[in-house]
Amino acid sequence: MITDIYYVIPEIFLSLGLMFLLLLGVFKKNGSSVVYNLSILILIISVPLILNVPTSVELLIFNDSYKIDYLSSFIKILIVISTLFVLLTSSQYLKSIKIFNVEYPILIISSIIGMMVMVSSNDLIVFYIGLELQSLALYVLASFNRDNILSSESGLKYFVLSALSSGLLLYGCSLVYGFSSSTNFSQISFNYDQSTQGIIFGMVFILVGLAFKISAVPFHMWAPDVYQGSPTSVTLFFAILPKIAALTVFIRFLYTPFLNLIDQWQSIIIFLSIASMLFGAIAAIGQKNLKRLIAYSSISHMGYALAGLTTGTNEGIQSSVCYISIYLVMNLAFFSCIFMLKREDKYYENIEDLAGLSKNHPLLSFSFLIVLFSLAGIPPLAGFFAKFYVFMAVIEQSMFFLAIVGLLATVVAAFYYLRIIKVIYFDDEVDKYDTNLSIGLKLSLIITTTLILIYFIYPNSLIDLVSKINLV
Amino acid sequence: MMNIPILSLLICVPTLGALFILFTKSTEKYNSHKYISIFISVINFILSIYLWYNFDNSNPSFQFVEKREWIYGFINYKVGIDGISILFIILTTFITPLCILSVNSTIKNRLKDFLVAILIMESLMIGVFCSLDLVIFYLFFEGGLIPMFLIIGIWGGERRVYSAFKFFLYTLLGSVLMLVAIIYIYWISGTTDVEKLYEIGIDAKYQKILWLAFFSSFAVKTPMWPVHTWLPDAHVEAPTAGSVLLAAILLKMAGYGFIRFSIGLFPIGSEYFVTFVYVLSLIAIIYTSLVALMQVDMKKLIAYSSVAHMGFVTLGIFTMTQQGLEGSIFQMISHGIISAALFLCVGVIYERMYTREIKRYGGIVEVMPKYSIILMIFTLGALGLPGTTGFIGEFLILIGAFRDNFLVAVIASFGVILGAAYMLWMYKRVIFGELINKDLKNLVDLNKSEIIILTLLAIPSLYFGFYPEPLINTVEVSVSNLINNYNANLEIYTAHNE
Repeated sequence: MITDIYYVIPEIFLSLGLMFLLLLGVFKKNGSSVVYNLSILILIISVPLILNVPTSVELLIFNDSYKIDYLSSFIKILIVISTLFVLLTSSQYLKSIKIFNVEYPILIISSIIGMMVMVSSNDLIVFYIGLELQSLALYVLASFNRDNILSSESGLKYFVLSALSSGLLLYGCSLVYGFSSSTNFSQISFNYDQSTQGIIFGMVFILVGLAFKISAVPFHMWAPDVYQGSPTSVTLFFAILPKIAALTVFIRFLYTPFLNLIDQWQSIIIFLSIASMLFGAIAAIGQKNLKRLIAYSSISHMGYALAGLTTGTNEGIQSSVCYISIYLVMNLAFFSCIFMLKREDKYYENIEDLAGLSKNHPLLSFSFLIVLFSLAGIPPLAGFFAKFYVFMAVIEQSMFFLAIVGLLATVVAAFYYLRIIKVIYFDDEVDKYDTNLSIGLKLSLIITTTLILIYFIYPNSLIDLVSKINLV
Repeated sequence: MMNIPILSLLICVPTLGALFILFTKSTEKYNSHKYISIFISVINFILSIYLWYNFDNSNPSFQFVEKREWIYGFINYKVGIDGISILFIILTTFITPLCILSVNSTIKNRLKDFLVAILIMESLMIGVFCSLDLVIFYLFFEGGLIPMFLIIGIWGGERRVYSAFKFFLYTLLGSVLMLVAIIYIYWISGTTDVEKLYEIGIDAKYQKILWLAFFSSFAVKTPMWPVHTWLPDAHVEAPTAGSVLLAAILLKMAGYGFIRFSIGLFPIGSEYFVTFVYVLSLIAIIYTSLVALMQVDMKKLIAYSSVAHMGFVTLGIFTMTQQGLEGSIFQMISHGIISAALFLCVGVIYERMYTREIKRYGGIVEVMPKYSIILMIFTLGALGLPGTTGFIGEFLILIGAFRDNFLVAVIASFGVILGAAYMLWMYKRVIFGELINKDLKNLVDLNKSEIIILTLLAIPSLYFGFYPEPLINTVEVSVSNLINNYNANLEIYTAHNE
């Protein structure tokens, strides 16, 4: 038991760091920027700690309730690094809208501890604890700008709907426990009788709860409002981190306890995937607000990530993980661009505010161009490869309907990305934006855009990493 | 042979040049960017001529092949050329410098970005013509959408946004099915390497559906009737240099794709759909010629004539005869030169009068004699007068068609007559007649750079019109090899079925 602790050092380190920051925040006056910088430091230190955890074999610790394998470490690294970027890009934003408080980085860290528990969980109860830890922090974050009515609304909305979905999830968990008399993922698959309806009911409830977390259609209703209302930095956090974690949990559930029920869940996931791809693409067309637009866009991106999971193969899982990794880089780049639309402490987030951006800010517009074409999946940018891998896996299983619908949805989606490019490049200019931006923001924009642009030169870099994920 | 990776160089040089331009500054007075980009594209032209010089005409297999591992165990970066692709590469490297040269005061703002876009476009187009892996081909083929979208959208005319969107979405819609087909080919054959696929062939039962998927992409890009409607819009709104690139090279990517992939990879599918392609091509030839007759806008007229000419090309390709295929390739090269020149000619008077409406002109032979002569050469080239490249192409295609199907050839011949009708009628209305419009009196004749560009285009068009040997010799072996493969495949298939 005590040796098991060795494998959870990263989580423990983050938790201790979190408590330390909390104390520091309480006792030190005006300590917000110290806490902010220290939390960045803590995240940086936790990266080598995660790398240090051996992943060559799959390990089950704490009475088989916690799983350490390559997938969990890979996703944890993704989570920590993207959180790092989120913090780097958003400090200036937080300062200018005056919510640069001590609690902000602390809430973010506590939420990612929840996610790390989620992706490693091998037990219904551990999983649920992780989920609630991340969700509770997210409720607060959504309404963090409490003087803003939209922000409060989004926090409340997210709380109510998320609690509902957690309820469904919990009900599903209890059904699964009832019909398999175990909460352990590995045990469940041995214990249930495939012919009983109860276990399928339980599985459907769990899938619904998870679909809510990644905002797959038809459980997406909260996403546009929450994305729009939350402070932009929180929207960025929402757009990537909970989705990575929830998608990994999807993989865990589908491929450990419910692998034998593949015939049952495959059609559900195909439906979720097709509905998300199409709905996300069509609903985004009429949007005027960039944050709302990216909400719909992320709905459709989740559809593609789910498409990889429908296959029931290792290639499918790898392609989904690839997709989500490229997706998070694209979103980081997109939001870095949005953070740059600042004029005298006011941030702009409507598409029309981008009019003629290319005349005054050629480099920023070029980044927008790259990111948007990449999101649309046009070769040779990274976004194309993400889709390419998913469709490779899907077509291998001869699921042509899914592939063709997915690719047609990319054409529809291309339309609204093009519309933004049109506004940036073809329309007449408005006033200039500020150029005195923080180094962290500039750095993260440069890094992410370059990654998207030159990914095609050496695509093996990512493939090598994900090809070690072998679950089936 | 030497060990320099000459094809990769051809692909990379323009991109590197574009990067160089992107990160350097230029002054108002002395526009170094334009000269740098001309320099780069001329270097590329010289490289491609060197390539042609070293090219072995009698060798039917791919030459200058380069292969590097790209995604391990899956896709290789593989480029190589045969007699067919080399001509298109030379066409690309020949047209691009002229395109850049023709850029002048009309591109008022953001000249730098424009040059970058054109150079990147050149890289991608050369990539399309020499890639020997389906995935690499797709990357180049689709990547071209981005710069072209920007060229039309930023520097285009009034309805540029509409046209740019239409262009982008039409082509994207066409090619997604091709992507599905490419991935599927990988799963049924285990490779996307074109050379290997030529050897092992693709399972006959999938060929028809795969052929259709590729066709959907190429038909939009060609463009064939009824998916041609994006072309007139794109042409009319694009700036002159953009129209030239579009007509001269982009449209050829699809014709090349038909030859290299549709016929090469899916002989059984192609044979099955021959009638289908004939019908669409004939409709394109007759219908768009009639539409061209009715146009009031010169650029639109030439755009519709492009659709008709590409109808000849697809017709010739699917006759599957030596003459038909050679004719199609010849016609594509010829159309590349002549339509480029025609668009430049329209650009010349548009820059002076800011209108392309035919009825605003008339009698300009009195004020622009040199212009009238040059336009005459290209008009006659477009309608296929003997002595120009246009004639050789159409003539060979019609011979091929007569060998295959008499009726089709007869109908196609009517297209030639219609072609003469709309071109000559336009010429008459613009050049001859009385000088009614007062503004026209102040028109200035061609200046030096315009004369240079147009003469450079006229020379090959006349030279190869009188002496087509060099081009025909280059493609001959590759084409006969392609046809032999095609027939051998069909024989195996029919023997298998009996």
